[in-house]
Amino acid sequence: MNYHWNWGVFFQETPEGGTFYWEILLSGLGWTLAVSVVAWLIAMLAGSVIGTLRTTQNRWLTATGHCWVELFRNIPLLVQMFLWYFVIPEFVPPLKRWMVSTDPVYAQFISAVLCLGLFTSARIAEQVRAGIQSLPRGQRLAGMALGLTPLQTYRHVLLPEAFRIIIPPLTSETMNLIKNSSIALTIGLAELTFRAREIGEYTFSFFEAFTAATLVYVIISMSANRVMAVVERRVAVPGLITAGGN
Amino acid sequence: MPMIEFKNVSKWYGHFQVLKDCTTKVEKGEVVVVCGPSGSGKSTLIKCVNALEPFQQGEVIVNSQSVGAPTTQLPQLRAKIGMVFQHFELFPHMNVTENLNLAQIKVLGRSLDEATAKSQMLLKRVGMTDHAHKFPGQLSGGQQQRIAIARGLAMDPVAMLFDEPTSALDPEMINEVLDVMVELAQEGMTMMCVTHEMGFARKVAHRVIFMDRGEIVEDSPKAEFFGTPRSERAQQFLSKILHH
Amino acid sequence: MDFDVAIITAALPYLWKGFLYTVELTAVSAVGGLFFGTLLALARLSSLKPLQTVAAAYVNLMRSIPLVLVIFWFFFLVPLMLQSVTGAERPPQVGAERTAIITFILFEAAYFCEIMRAGIQSIPRGQVWSAYALGLNYSQTMRLVILPQAFRNMIPVLLTQIIILFQDTSLVYVISATDFVGAAAKVAQRDSKLVEMYLFVAVVYFVLCYSLSFAVKHLQRKIAVIR
Repeated sequence: MNYHWNWGVFFQETPEGGTFYWEILLSGLGWTLAVSVVAWLIAMLAGSVIGTLRTTQNRWLTATGHCWVELFRNIPLLVQMFLWYFVIPEFVPPLKRWMVSTDPVYAQFISAVLCLGLFTSARIAEQVRAGIQSLPRGQRLAGMALGLTPLQTYRHVLLPEAFRIIIPPLTSETMNLIKNSSIALTIGLAELTFRAREIGEYTFSFFEAFTAATLVYVIISMSANRVMAVVERRVAVPGLITAGGN
Repeated sequence: MPMIEFKNVSKWYGHFQVLKDCTTKVEKGEVVVVCGPSGSGKSTLIKCVNALEPFQQGEVIVNSQSVGAPTTQLPQLRAKIGMVFQHFELFPHMNVTENLNLAQIKVLGRSLDEATAKSQMLLKRVGMTDHAHKFPGQLSGGQQQRIAIARGLAMDPVAMLFDEPTSALDPEMINEVLDVMVELAQEGMTMMCVTHEMGFARKVAHRVIFMDRGEIVEDSPKAEFFGTPRSERAQQFLSKILHH
Repeated sequence: MDFDVAIITAALPYLWKGFLYTVELTAVSAVGGLFFGTLLALARLSSLKPLQTVAAAYVNLMRSIPLVLVIFWFFFLVPLMLQSVTGAERPPQVGAERTAIITFILFEAAYFCEIMRAGIQSIPRGQVWSAYALGLNYSQTMRLVILPQAFRNMIPVLLTQIIILFQDTSLVYVISATDFVGAAAKVAQRDSKLVEMYLFVAVVYFVLCYSLSFAVKHLQRKIAVIR
């Protein structure tokens, strides 16, 4: 292959001077993590609520949950990103004014976080629903028979059990979220993949830049796996075999 | 006034009628055994007492409160009725003491110390003191069911409901659970038990109800039921479960 | 703000061309991905250790990096690979659309591999033993006995994955390929009609994907009944 290797590229200064390429890559990683963490919080919160609503006995609540999930699941994430960044502000004038006046990176960050958070919330909602529905029906009845209100039954009985069951799928949704955060580059957010491509374009060291980004993603996903495995062990219940337990 | 009273209760799942005009009652301190073939509606009937199953027609009155009335506070009503399920339904993520404490604290508003003291007393009573900090998954079925009974008793119930409490147990564990139930009956607890354990019925029941296809076919004092059941269906049922 | 419907109707022929490319990309990647994915699954389940390791490494790598980065990787690598194969002086001009097809086949193969692996593992071992007992060899056992069953069991999952693939192909936007979204984006930017174009695209995708997943759910129930 006719290619000029240059692994030292990360220790070269950028054309503007003062910063090294490895710092550029690191700042990209910073944005990837920032977007992922905030979006994850939104996704877990909204996803838990929506997933729980879908298991209630109330027809309107389950229908709302159903619409939420179908809406976010059936539009490509890229298109959703464009909707949040380009389309929705047009319908909300104060938001539009803020987006025009502020540093674009804030507008990009907010759009990306909302887009990824709500998109992922639909997927988490499905997991939460499946987790609750996989519990024996008697658990809900036993909670109610003791005089717990429906809210208390969810809070103390159903949700703590369901969340333990769904840790493995939640782990893979978390990985998906981190990977999906790269789509924020389409609205100009300078996250990891954006920076890798930028370094490639400036230096023609595409191979080195992409390899570095790939390694970082592999490391992130391995650490996320480790963290979730620790969480799973921490909350494991003696005498119960869960999906991921050995 | 009866502790539990059914007045012409009917229930449908879609077009299928699971309870047909059921009328019966359980007096204070009375032990009533409900039996019948599977699918006869006996589990559904007992779940109407604490409104775990809604019904469309008739009335159920528990402790002089109408279960179906819109003004009835179901959690408060349910807290006064203990219930034991076929599959125990202990909460697997809580240890034994936490299982007993949960509703005492959340529903009755007891302090953690009060609840724990009560739980310890009841665990002693069902012979489970040594297992207070174990999780349900670490216990045998018989042990779990005894804990489930203690969980119901922790609420100081005015009546206890048993929904096939021994039918998910291995044969060698059935007696440890029945012993607790017999003791409870002899102390004068009001009990409504769905069970096929006719030995238990002979020993402590005051009345036996026989159900078939959603109907109460027999409802008679124990001696009468085991002496001369009037219906053919009850006779068939009895001969099947007694000769086996 | 006013909503300009005329711009959508005017752009329809161009959008249709983009849409056709999206469908073509989805179909070709699904077929190719399923083919290579099945081979990968067989490799992962083979008794040859090196084959297992290589296949597992490929699948895990593909699944741990973002699709956007994979698309960039291949956009950069495909010309270089073709050059080293053909021995040409300069890297050939492949074009975003063709690169995208190669990318998606190889990327989806990793995901289809995991589906097919689960499908194959869901077939009881007795099926393999009875096929061998009848004197069939490995390839016959797989082709005639195991894979048809695995494939049938996995049809709903495979179809769901294809719906996801259909949505994911929109990411070829990042290498400026003119798929459905790419076509809409080009019109949107040329005429400054972002609201109209992106809303239109969203509605079209939603209607299609919602109906398709509804159909899959229906099919799943039907299959469940037949079993």
